[in-house]
Amino acid sequence: MSHLDDTKIKELEETANKIRQSVIEMLLEAGSGHSAGSLGMADVFTAFYFHILNHDPKNPDWPERDRLILSNGHICPVLYAAMAHSGYFPVEELKTLRKLDSRLQGHPHREWLPGLETSSGPLGSGLSQALGMALAMRMEKKDGSVPDKPRWIYCFMGDGETNCGQVWEAVMMAGREKPFNLIGIIDRNNIQIDGFTEDIMPLDPLVEKFESFGWHVLEIDGHNFEEINDAVNKAKTVFEKPTMIIARTIPGKGVDFMEREFSWHGIPPNKEQAEKALHELRTLGGKIKGEHE
Amino acid sequence: MLNENQKLNPKLLDKDVEQAPLRQGYGEGLLQAGKEDENVVALCADLTGSTKTAIFSKVFPERFVQMGIGEQSMASVASGMAAMGKVPFIASYAMFSPGRNWEQIRTTICYNNSNVKIAGAHAGVSVGPDGGTHEAVEDIAITRVIPRMTVVVPCDAIESRKATIAAAKMIGPVYLRFAREATPIMTTEESPFEIGKANLLRNPETPQAVIVACGPMVYNALMAAEELSKEGIEVSVLNNHTIKPMDEKTVVETAKKAGAVVTVEEHQVKGGMGSAVAEVLAKNNPVPMEFVGVQDRFGESGTPEELIEHFGIGISHIKEAVKKVLERK
Repeated sequence: MSHLDDTKIKELEETANKIRQSVIEMLLEAGSGHSAGSLGMADVFTAFYFHILNHDPKNPDWPERDRLILSNGHICPVLYAAMAHSGYFPVEELKTLRKLDSRLQGHPHREWLPGLETSSGPLGSGLSQALGMALAMRMEKKDGSVPDKPRWIYCFMGDGETNCGQVWEAVMMAGREKPFNLIGIIDRNNIQIDGFTEDIMPLDPLVEKFESFGWHVLEIDGHNFEEINDAVNKAKTVFEKPTMIIARTIPGKGVDFMEREFSWHGIPPNKEQAEKALHELRTLGGKIKGEHE
Repeated sequence: MLNENQKLNPKLLDKDVEQAPLRQGYGEGLLQAGKEDENVVALCADLTGSTKTAIFSKVFPERFVQMGIGEQSMASVASGMAAMGKVPFIASYAMFSPGRNWEQIRTTICYNNSNVKIAGAHAGVSVGPDGGTHEAVEDIAITRVIPRMTVVVPCDAIESRKATIAAAKMIGPVYLRFAREATPIMTTEESPFEIGKANLLRNPETPQAVIVACGPMVYNALMAAEELSKEGIEVSVLNNHTIKPMDEKTVVETAKKAGAVVTVEEHQVKGGMGSAVAEVLAKNNPVPMEFVGVQDRFGESGTPEELIEHFGIGISHIKEAVKKVLERK
């Protein structure tokens, strides 16, 4: 929530690197799963689970926690990794991803793992759920004023997901309701399963789309911790509108041969590729930086 | 011959029996549930008048959410509200909710185990002149197939009110099915109602068959039973309002006693209430069965009365089905 100093940034970069390594190890062990988006969002997840979120990993049901809704459930390897590394469950459990009876289902199932706010996978419904949470919270005060203990509700979404009509049902309604505590974060990595987003179903101008529906929109480099943190802080000062943060990320970020390759959207690395990826991540140490720095 | 324990409307068999639409019962039940529990909230997709959600929203405007024509988002917004402790009721025409938003209901409500209640109004062919696009005759099938979903099809406006209140009190997803037209009031305030407990409305001592019905078609079943009685055929009538979890004990007992079953519903025969009864009986007590309902067709325009006849769900059709099933005993 607060300002990030250089020491903290360095720490976050190292954590994000560990999370990326976990993602590679999990996907290798599972033999299936989504590589590109999971790696691309590692920095955003790290920023949230290790700095921004008001949460208690040892008490996942704490009523006053912020809510983080993952709408594009297929990037759950990075969610699970961030949860494990921040103390929700043992890091070793990450290797059970996608296995029979694992709490780490291929797409998140709320009931199986404490700390998950919802079950997701079918795209397009997370923002509606986040909006529902915001509306329910507002009803705590009969006059609709800000509750005594406002909780921030974050909805992480994919960019391809905005193809779904339901997203725009929620976007339109949030424009009317103006929930101050609803903050969306779109992973603008420009890929979806079948190819580049602008080839499949052009999304741009995405900023103007959200603005025209009454949202405050911020665009950031999703690999720059200062920008991620600043954007959330800015969003919290916008009281008359919901905020959408469009986080520009590189799919597969941190693993050279996966970066910007849409073919890595929905597949895991094989053993050889995983070793190469892990080697690259280990030798990079905490040196993963945003492209725009 | 009517079961006295059911405390049915004394005017039930009269020509001038009182009538009211089931959805009216929903609106009144919702208001009552809202008065009893401040966590009850209502969402509606631009049909507050037709679904009678307006009865609630006028009294509790701060607990009402207008969704516009967005049934998919409505299901998921309700899921989010339930996650924060609310008891959301979502309402639209059954064709759109649970029709259009089936996946959102499955994933964000049932898979998520959210405490959301889904009210589908204007179900069945008796919607009338609006035609087949608006006549949901698949909704029982698509809701009962989802794990965790409770499916209730009340028979009249009074039972609709009771079902709505009962749904608010239980935890878990519930689908409540309502019809558009005013239909006969069969039950009274004193009639027993419990989700998951079928009511034997007509109980001759030695029934030759049992008609298992749900929704306003229970009335047609009772009228058919009366006419058959005059022809010397005695049948019992079971109001099987809870399709899931079905009252298997009562269904099996009444089928065993009668030895033949006719199911009646304003819904596709494939996958509907009758199919659910057949699933129970095939396993526990197979008896000859006939299924009265929509036979794998879409609805169309007409008056409600014309359509019930056109689709073969009228009193005469039920009588024919009983006679047919008796031949197979």
